[in-house]
Amino acid sequence: MFEYAPAPESRDVVDIKSSYGLFIDGEFVEGSGKPFKTIDPATEEKLAEIASATSDDVDRAVQSARKAFGVWSQLPGSERAKYLFRIARLIQERARELAVLESIDNGKPIRESRDVDLPLVAAHFFYYAGWADKLKYAGYGDARPLGVAGQVIPWNFPLLMLAWKIAPALACGNTVVLKPAETTPLTALAFAEICQQADLPPGVVNIVTGAGQTGAAVVAHPDVNKVAFTGSTEVGRIIARTVAGTDKKLTLELGGKAANIVFDDAAIDQAVEGIVNGIFFNQGHVCCAGSRLLVQESVYDVVLESLKRRVSTLRVGDPLDKNTDIGAINSAEQLAKIRELSDAGEAEGAARWSPACELPAKGFWFAPTLFTEVAQSHRIAREEIFGPVLSVLTFRTPAEAVEKANNTPYGLSAGVWTEKGSRILWMADRLRAGVVWANTFNKFDPTSPFGGYKESGYGREGGLRGLEAYLDV
Amino acid sequence: MTRLSVRKTYKLYIGGAFPRSESGRSYVVASSKGEFVANAARASRKDARDAVSAARKAFAGWSGATPYNRGQILYRVAEMLEGRRAQFAEEIGGGKKAAAEQVDAAVDRLVWYAGWSDKIASVHGSANPVAGPYFNLSTPEPSGVVAVVAPSDPFLGLISVIAPVIVTGNTCVVVCSSPMAAITFGEVLATSDLPGGVVNLLTGFQKELVPGLAAHMDVNGLDLTGVDDPELALKAEQDAAENLKRVIRPVAEDWTAEPGLERMTRFLETKTVWHPVGI
Repeated sequence: MFEYAPAPESRDVVDIKSSYGLFIDGEFVEGSGKPFKTIDPATEEKLAEIASATSDDVDRAVQSARKAFGVWSQLPGSERAKYLFRIARLIQERARELAVLESIDNGKPIRESRDVDLPLVAAHFFYYAGWADKLKYAGYGDARPLGVAGQVIPWNFPLLMLAWKIAPALACGNTVVLKPAETTPLTALAFAEICQQADLPPGVVNIVTGAGQTGAAVVAHPDVNKVAFTGSTEVGRIIARTVAGTDKKLTLELGGKAANIVFDDAAIDQAVEGIVNGIFFNQGHVCCAGSRLLVQESVYDVVLESLKRRVSTLRVGDPLDKNTDIGAINSAEQLAKIRELSDAGEAEGAARWSPACELPAKGFWFAPTLFTEVAQSHRIAREEIFGPVLSVLTFRTPAEAVEKANNTPYGLSAGVWTEKGSRILWMADRLRAGVVWANTFNKFDPTSPFGGYKESGYGREGGLRGLEAYLDV
Repeated sequence: MTRLSVRKTYKLYIGGAFPRSESGRSYVVASSKGEFVANAARASRKDARDAVSAARKAFAGWSGATPYNRGQILYRVAEMLEGRRAQFAEEIGGGKKAAAEQVDAAVDRLVWYAGWSDKIASVHGSANPVAGPYFNLSTPEPSGVVAVVAPSDPFLGLISVIAPVIVTGNTCVVVCSSPMAAITFGEVLATSDLPGGVVNLLTGFQKELVPGLAAHMDVNGLDLTGVDDPELALKAEQDAAENLKRVIRPVAEDWTAEPGLERMTRFLETKTVWHPVGI
């Protein structure tokens, strides 16, 4: 094993204010609720005070978005495109600053925020900018925008989820009220500043910070025409109930319990890299994480040995260190949930393994963890853990792999590892999941639709299909 | 004392460089009042062949670049053109207001096409539900090197014939009839991260350049939009038949109207991939 010297990314590129307001009608304003703090999950230090939006504040934001909708939806698509291209360029220009800010507020390694999140954020705005004046080619006829979109996003990819929500909404001519997650509001507020720098007309984008009640107020507001939510299946159900009987259009991107299926003819080294990337990318805080490993029995021993060796080399620690593979767990609450489920795994009889791994004294940390001897009935095989915990199961035949992979209420993603192309496609045909990765995992692109089957939600984000969520079709 | 201006030499744009014509020839560009403005390079058949070589050399890299990358570069071309609006308005001449509007429209046209780079496959490709256990997918691919005869006027026309050819991954050799704005546009391209050879600009006479390009066996497409002489166009299309070049016939276009997809799709091939599905 190599020894690594610390290689910290400089914090100097970010300037965190002591407090932040709500972004309504193009300006930062005070919130009426009790402000809350956002912390650095790697140190538990307070970063800033964040305004909390009450239902009155949300109402003001929706009114502002409604007013702006008249102007924005009437602009020629080519002009909306130019605003979105500006935003994309501003994000590219401020990419390093935003990456550092994301890592500080979220706990994810700088290597990921720098090399994955930020490039995808800019690309997403570029992609949908190009659609704004091409909607008539998208195959939805002469479709109109819906109106005001209320959007609620999670804490795992704060700015990327913002981009997935705002870029297509604006391209199609909608205006938005977006609520970022309580624990990760800072990059959304930096984005508000970017809207100002782009001279985006006031009210086209409104950002209201707060906890669950703020999100509930956005979803329930009678003048919201479209609700888009990314988060847990549990909250997704509540939202679906809330909008029942209204005219609101709804898209939901929820939880997952993806199977990552390794056949005996797979390139084992690549598969092991893919397994590691599938579950430990972003501390496992990924709705499409490959959290159930299904290994063909004949290669179980060799895969497990190789996997353990590889996991032992993962570096857990300071998110701002460029060599860090696994950063901090986003919150104390999430850490408690991961611990509870992992303890349940042991209690139910699965065998727990983690590499020798020194964790920092302060902050929220969880060592990469494998469970073997997992049965399909175990909670760790059924419930989404949303942490760096992998449950390993085995299978003998392709049919058994399909059976086990689909044995879940979720259906967001799946992985298949085999050198045989026809088998990849045979498996893909049978897997009930919105995204199937073959000999790769956790790949994202603005041109590629993403979203789930079954209780992983409905609607797609990305690509041509992603326009449908924001058009009256 | 008024300062004596430093004049620009208008040369060709081939392979990312600005050479004079190998023939050493030039022709006079005059103002509407008949006054001398500049000498433009008068490209020869050899220059045209060199330009085709440069375009062919650039094809692998440009067609192999990601659509996202090509879109970024076309958008960069728009950014660079935006910064030179005044210069172009002056060079394309005519009424000041009309010229300025034309340049603005040219910038917007580039932005429009930039967005197509990563979308054309979604609207012009398909997943094909064949009756059998096969995965079957059709995707568009660029034809190769396209020779383009640009309209002599307006400048918007020049942009509107180049952008759709290159955004999908083709490279091109362009016969430009209005030399000054065309070569200054070459300067825009040269400072936009566009790889050398993707666009090659020839100034000179259609009757000297078009026949050689139409008959060239390493040219895959021929856009005759700007050909003024119907006989020249007919002969060119006939010669193009030898290696079955994809051809756009001369056409009077309303350049201010939204272009549609035809200029892109004419120089796209459809590739269909079959793969069995089975355990």
